[in-house]
Amino acid sequence: MRSHEISSSQIADVVNRHHRLPDRLLQILIELQEPSGWLPPATLTALADALGVSRAHVEGVAGFYSFLHTEPVGRYRLLFSDNIIEHQLGSRELMAALCSKLWVEPHKPSEDGLVSVSTTSCIGMGDQGPAMLANGRPVLRLSHQRINQIAELVRQQVPVSEWPEAFFHVDNNIHRRDAMLQLDLAPGAALQAALALGRAEWMRQMQLSNLRGRGGAGFTTAVKWMACADAPGADKVVVCNADEGEPGTFKDRVLLTTLADAVFEGMTLAAWAVGARQGLLYLRGEYRYLRPTLEAVLARRRSAGLLGRQILGKAGFDFDIEIHLGAGAYVCGEETALLESLEGKRGTPRIRPPFPVTRGYLGRPTVVNNVETLAKTCLIALEGGAAFAATGTAQSTGTKLLSISGDCARPGIYEYPFGVAIERVLEDCGASDTQAVQVGGAAGIMLASYEFHRRIAFEDVPTAGAFMVFDSSRDLFEVARNFVAFFAHESCGFCTPCRVGTSLLLKAMNKLADGHGAKTDLADIEWIDRLLKNASHCGLGSAAPNPVMDTLLKFRPAYERRLRSLDFAPAFNLDDALAAARRASGRDDAAAHFSADHAPR
Amino acid sequence: MSKQFLFDGRPVPFEDGQTILQAARAAGHYIPHLCWHPDFPPHGSCKLCIVKVGGRHVSSCAMPAKEGMEVESNTPEINGERRALLQMLFVEGNHFCPSCEKSGNCQLQALAYDLEMVGERFAHFFPDRPVDASHPDVLLDFNRCIFCELCVRASRDVDGKQVFALTERGIHKYLVVNAESGRLGDTDFAASDRAADICPVGVILHKRVGFARPIGSRTYDIQPIHEVDMKERT
Repeated sequence: MRSHEISSSQIADVVNRHHRLPDRLLQILIELQEPSGWLPPATLTALADALGVSRAHVEGVAGFYSFLHTEPVGRYRLLFSDNIIEHQLGSRELMAALCSKLWVEPHKPSEDGLVSVSTTSCIGMGDQGPAMLANGRPVLRLSHQRINQIAELVRQQVPVSEWPEAFFHVDNNIHRRDAMLQLDLAPGAALQAALALGRAEWMRQMQLSNLRGRGGAGFTTAVKWMACADAPGADKVVVCNADEGEPGTFKDRVLLTTLADAVFEGMTLAAWAVGARQGLLYLRGEYRYLRPTLEAVLARRRSAGLLGRQILGKAGFDFDIEIHLGAGAYVCGEETALLESLEGKRGTPRIRPPFPVTRGYLGRPTVVNNVETLAKTCLIALEGGAAFAATGTAQSTGTKLLSISGDCARPGIYEYPFGVAIERVLEDCGASDTQAVQVGGAAGIMLASYEFHRRIAFEDVPTAGAFMVFDSSRDLFEVARNFVAFFAHESCGFCTPCRVGTSLLLKAMNKLADGHGAKTDLADIEWIDRLLKNASHCGLGSAAPNPVMDTLLKFRPAYERRLRSLDFAPAFNLDDALAAARRASGRDDAAAHFSADHAPR
Repeated sequence: MSKQFLFDGRPVPFEDGQTILQAARAAGHYIPHLCWHPDFPPHGSCKLCIVKVGGRHVSSCAMPAKEGMEVESNTPEINGERRALLQMLFVEGNHFCPSCEKSGNCQLQALAYDLEMVGERFAHFFPDRPVDASHPDVLLDFNRCIFCELCVRASRDVDGKQVFALTERGIHKYLVVNAESGRLGDTDFAASDRAADICPVGVILHKRVGFARPIGSRTYDIQPIHEVDMKERT
């Protein structure tokens, strides 16, 4: 075994760089893990001492995030994106092939500590998958050829930083542009316009625009900003939610790649409106590779006087932005969980009220907006609220970026005015023989072909941007099962219905998939769905049954053909229970099985 | 004239700042709860205290009471959901009441009787959870943990020690203690801590007193939990 010790001077360095602040715990853990890939027990103890917090707290935080490891992992950590679209492109076969080439078991580091191969929730590359994270860096367009190359590079112990550049090339795949993606923003232009308007008039333009949150919930942005502006407390905060974890969504990745200035300018526009001095961008760990370019954009904006003190010469307008990294936890996209995570804690959603606009980051009034929402405010500053509201529908003004993946000729980013019909989108992306579309990701809505006349808008089909296309060859039960597995994996475990219910739902779906389902299982599934919907603490739990409820309603035969014609079949499988005994005795003959229909042919 | 809301059709007075559960309880109406404790701020994780307000489910322990609210609590629908939440807690851990020394003093067990839970319905998880007997005075049996975090909160907010925390997430979440060895005996935990007497189930147990009072004559053996809870109001 290699030595994994992280020296106390290394710990002190990192802790000091973060000003010994306990609310930097998550950022500190991410940095400390960097050299060896995991966090040995002694490191957690030393870190707790250095920060003056309990070790149990540090262990609790480290254990929460998928990308933090408290047990040894391979020096090469290869994580396949577990998105259903990538399954359909063969990601599981590629993962099995890689495991067999490297002689490793999935989800377990190799004996020599060289490599571990596992899965991770959707990494936001659904338009160019199958994809994996290799020591945190996305490797795209995996094929058997590429898998062979990776196996060879690992065996020869070539550092990931020296792998061929083509592996890491991320395409933007923008196929349809409207106001947002046509924007050629001269840095500072939108800000200049808003400053010229004055604070009150800028807020009025925001109201006129009727801009609603693009993260999915659709809350009116101006209402949020005004509530924060009016909240008592001088030290207000603007947070950009770049924790784009919804399976099938990748439009924020493209915005951060192509329009980073607009995103940061939007944050600054929000700061001007509410009177904030501090800005935080919470970047999901999967997008960590974007950080250096984002930092460069921030540096450029600082030297151009667009961040820092007296922005654009305006006395009293001081604002700066800092990037915080996530570490693999979908629930942190929920705004109060995100605030907990920004404070260096476990990403457990808070009790609301109070809402973040009055008590947010470190108890201060905080605006939390999605990447796309903030970028859109630049359009409003440049062209006015009325011009912005002229496109879209009455309740959904402006445009929406869709992340299209799955069974279509041209997956990628499409920008449409709100109100576009599903069938129009399908036509544009080159989808034919479409059986169903999942709009809004795992938490969204599954639409059947008889609903393709429906429109993308908050008043009809709301979405954060995912648009996953499934043709008639796809098994929609497997789609729902993948989403259920996702929610069970990502549940924070705070409340009973979500912690237990998502796992019970997965068990029930697995039982059906194994061919042991009975009618009573469908009743159980519907009952668990209802508990999740009604009793969950946050949106993750209440959205978790959506894919199952939709598919049961619209594609029930996909479930029924998996049932045995029984009223009841036990969840406990006697033959499976004998597997350990069979392994121990080295037998697999008919007499070693519970009944003849289980025996190998 | 004080403000009031309707609780199962009956008027309940409240003061600003009171939650539905607090006001209802003060007025003599019991709402089932496990993670809520009168000495601590609301936590809202067990969800046993769900009620329906204007057709929406809310946690009554955390939801501020408002003038004119119509709250449904003791209805077949809500009690059915509460029973299912209890069933989830039972199948998630390893709960064997007949061999548990907390039997009769356990709130999970008492609520299951109160809400007439006659079986578990769901498939058991049978998790592999250890027992920690390293401390001279206190035993930890993690098999029964329901993640109410009362010990976490009591140790942190009352004892000033932070002996407990939760780690991992989802169904894999578990309770840890403040020691690199993972053993309670290596922490500064004491049997006199508030956290030692806060567990609503049978995780934190004082040694050598397990059967001082025989099963059958314990708190909830004598009186159902909804009566005990009303009696305990101050």
